[in-house]
Amino acid sequence: MVGAKTVKAILNKVDLPNNIKEELYESIMRYNKKYKLKKKEVEEIVNEAVREYEKALIEPGEAIGTVAAQSIGEPSTQMTLNTFHYAGVAEINVTLGLPRIIEIVDARKNPSTPIMTVYLDEEHRHDREKALEVARRIEGTTIENLAREVSMDIVDFEVVIELDPERVEKSGLSVERIVKKLEGSFKSAEFEAEGNTIIARPKKATKLADLRRLAEKVKKHRLKGLSGVGKTIIRKEGDEYVIYTEGSNFKQVLKVPGVDPTRTRTNNIWEIAEVLGIEAARNAIIEEIVNTMSEQGLEVDVRHIMLVADMMTLDGVIRPIGRHGIVGEKSSVLARAAFEITTQHLFEAAERGEVDPLNGVIENVLIGQPVPLGTGMVRLAMNLPLRPERE
Amino acid sequence: MTAKKGFNIFEHELVPEHRILSEEEKRELLKRYKIRLSQLPQMLVSDPAAVALGAKPGDVVEIKRKSKTAGVYFYYRLVVEG
Repeated sequence: MVGAKTVKAILNKVDLPNNIKEELYESIMRYNKKYKLKKKEVEEIVNEAVREYEKALIEPGEAIGTVAAQSIGEPSTQMTLNTFHYAGVAEINVTLGLPRIIEIVDARKNPSTPIMTVYLDEEHRHDREKALEVARRIEGTTIENLAREVSMDIVDFEVVIELDPERVEKSGLSVERIVKKLEGSFKSAEFEAEGNTIIARPKKATKLADLRRLAEKVKKHRLKGLSGVGKTIIRKEGDEYVIYTEGSNFKQVLKVPGVDPTRTRTNNIWEIAEVLGIEAARNAIIEEIVNTMSEQGLEVDVRHIMLVADMMTLDGVIRPIGRHGIVGEKSSVLARAAFEITTQHLFEAAERGEVDPLNGVIENVLIGQPVPLGTGMVRLAMNLPLRPERE
Repeated sequence: MTAKKGFNIFEHELVPEHRILSEEEKRELLKRYKIRLSQLPQMLVSDPAAVALGAKPGDVVEIKRKSKTAGVYFYYRLVVEG
């Protein structure tokens, strides 16, 4: 019977990924208990595993991009075209299914339904009240959210805001504080509170349009919370409370006290790239695609998705897949022209005097030559005998 | 490093470990894969991870990625202007 150390030493000598090594180690130790393996037998098992692993590797010249495209494309046809869905119990609207996949792959700067998942720190995570406290700090609140009615009094030339006391209290504000905040931000108007009504009077305004503009501005004025963030919802997940937000402001939310910045995330990949870097964005792309797929009950091998994410983040910035991104930057004119906007690509190439060396797959399919894939990749290189010298 | 933000981005779940390679390791890497520096994937100097590391254009950053299929593997990015 071999010891654990010997098995480890044998495994360390071979070139296998860590995951497989660990798995192999565990199963060898299990069999070792049962069958009392000899050192030679262990070596043979490991060698066999290495052979199998090498057989399973992708061969040089395999068209992995095409395989990935097909592997993601086929299950995508099974997805619902239903854009909107309500995630779980919460009333938050999330883009799901095919539209979401398209959104990710197109690297849209503003996803149609940005959402943040805000995790809380040790102190706030277990108590609903404390979670609510953090949620209030994040939730963007405007006068419009708190008011029952905002109207214009044309005779007295003022804007009348009728607040809903219930909503005001829920948001943790008071009428006095609202007035103070408004006074701080609007220098061109005077504010006056009467019970639950706030009256705004422009200091010098002669036209009705000015009053209208003021009313609009006051309505939209953010009293607290983060810009871009709307409704928040608190949900219990396992033994902790998690906040979901409609709208996203990743950079700011990480600085809010009570938020756990190491786990909080957003579904806007550009924001992740900006705050956490390109590698985090790559991980986010993978996770978003995998989650969207599995939500629909579909399964795609992660390796295909990893390839897509790697291509999208290759240059250090997120590039969409398609005419404006990866395909549009192909070096071959014919490859680009074969994809979309054919004539424009050909005209531009002609104007610049571009040369196509026909190295890629698409160009060669187009002109009917063997494609550089698999065995077609091999080129013959030989030194021709020099011309015999003349006598 | 990023005292202004109040937290280190490398502590975030989504961010893998980054490390700047020494000149020696850089040469070794290019030799191992038989490639030129320009053939490496890139990252911008303005990338938050590059800023946190203090990487300069021309540096190669080693990224220790966690993968569902391979456990841990290394990826390399050349830091470029931008």
